[in-house]
Amino acid sequence: MLWNDLGLVKGKKFDSWRRVGTVLPAIKIYNSRDVDELLLLDIVANKTFYEPDYDNLNEFTNFCFVPFAFGGGITNLNQIQKLLSIGADKVCLNTVNYVSPTVIYEAAKKFGSQCIIASVDVKIVENEYRCFSHSGTKCTNKNLEHYIKELEDRGAGEVLITSIDKDGTMEGYDIELVHAVSSKISIPVIASGGAGEYKDMERAIKEGGASAVAAASMFHFTEKTPDQAKVYLKDRGIPVRIPFDNN
Amino acid sequence: MNIYIVDYGTCNLGSIRQAIDKLGFDAKIASNPKSLHNVDKIVLPGVGSFSQASFEMKSKGWFDEIKEHVLHRKRYILGICLGMQMFASTGEEGRQSEGLGLLEGTVKHLRNIGCARSVPHVGWNDTQIRKVGCLFKDIPNGIDFYFVHSYCLVPTNNNCISSIVNYDKEFVASVEHENIFGTQFHPEKSSKAGIKVLKNFLEL
Repeated sequence: MLWNDLGLVKGKKFDSWRRVGTVLPAIKIYNSRDVDELLLLDIVANKTFYEPDYDNLNEFTNFCFVPFAFGGGITNLNQIQKLLSIGADKVCLNTVNYVSPTVIYEAAKKFGSQCIIASVDVKIVENEYRCFSHSGTKCTNKNLEHYIKELEDRGAGEVLITSIDKDGTMEGYDIELVHAVSSKISIPVIASGGAGEYKDMERAIKEGGASAVAAASMFHFTEKTPDQAKVYLKDRGIPVRIPFDNN
Repeated sequence: MNIYIVDYGTCNLGSIRQAIDKLGFDAKIASNPKSLHNVDKIVLPGVGSFSQASFEMKSKGWFDEIKEHVLHRKRYILGICLGMQMFASTGEEGRQSEGLGLLEGTVKHLRNIGCARSVPHVGWNDTQIRKVGCLFKDIPNGIDFYFVHSYCLVPTNNNCISSIVNYDKEFVASVEHENIFGTQFHPEKSSKAGIKVLKNFLEL
């Protein structure tokens, strides 16, 4: 779920944003659809330099009955401590990993790798995968494979890999990108960017080597649901958490 | 019915309280042991280390109050994660610390029960029911719950174990003994199944 000041948004290739409602109702809906985890990213944070909106986040985590991860403009350990104390289970670090690479190391040491997701946004530039910071606006000079390994060595618990090119297109994940990342590290990789059909998720896991799959447009704009996705994946031999029906 | 969530300063209580609220019950936060004077059900959450929790609880006077209500007045208690581990007589963590002693047993690091996988144990994992009781009423075998912990409860008497979980080794996922209930997993983070466990406890 992508958050700007006004509410939730979703775009294509990190641009052309559409409003998709507000955060709290979305959390309640996805809870009822039995997602395994919710990730909320504040995509304007590194433009505004404000502190995370702790009051609102506290309310969001109160209504979230699955693990909740938050990211967007996190730059220091105090912020991470506060976020964990108000109910976030994990934090997602992106730009700070390029700007101040010791933060992720210190955070993993203090709070444990299990609550640190390292997020990497990637776009193809002149036929090469390039890592972008600042909500996909700044091209860094990082070599993807070396950078991923570096993040693992610095204590990341998981890596969220997002294809900027595929984002919002619902044309399928960049399987080659997911595989390039998952084959280099042993920590779990979450595939993101491009999910449109349940079979895209199957491919990301079986061919891409992802441990988890993330989706946004597919759930915001179509009739597809997380619980149906899990039934699809389970029927094809992928171990998933079986949805439990209260009724 | 008076339901109190014990706040001894180790974790965020927001989603537990909201989960109870969503089920139509009213839970109050008890920041002071004396608040429990007319309690019917106690919810004891916890995140962090046994020795820290033991220190916090003892120094604020929680030990005597909780034992009085649970062991003598037979009020219901639900311990969650570290909260359940605090039921033990002692906890192993560098130095031995004292627990509430509601269930005889100890708390051990997962490594010390032979678990070779990476610790902490974090993520969804499925539970196997060992004893049909109250917490798992209408919940089938093999349902996943959310775990995040490095230590586990090792009771002296296995009769209190109502479900187990396997993470390289098997260990306690939940306990039930008379009025004493506990889960190693976080029901407030375990989606619908977790809410059902909470509901089963609150409806006792």
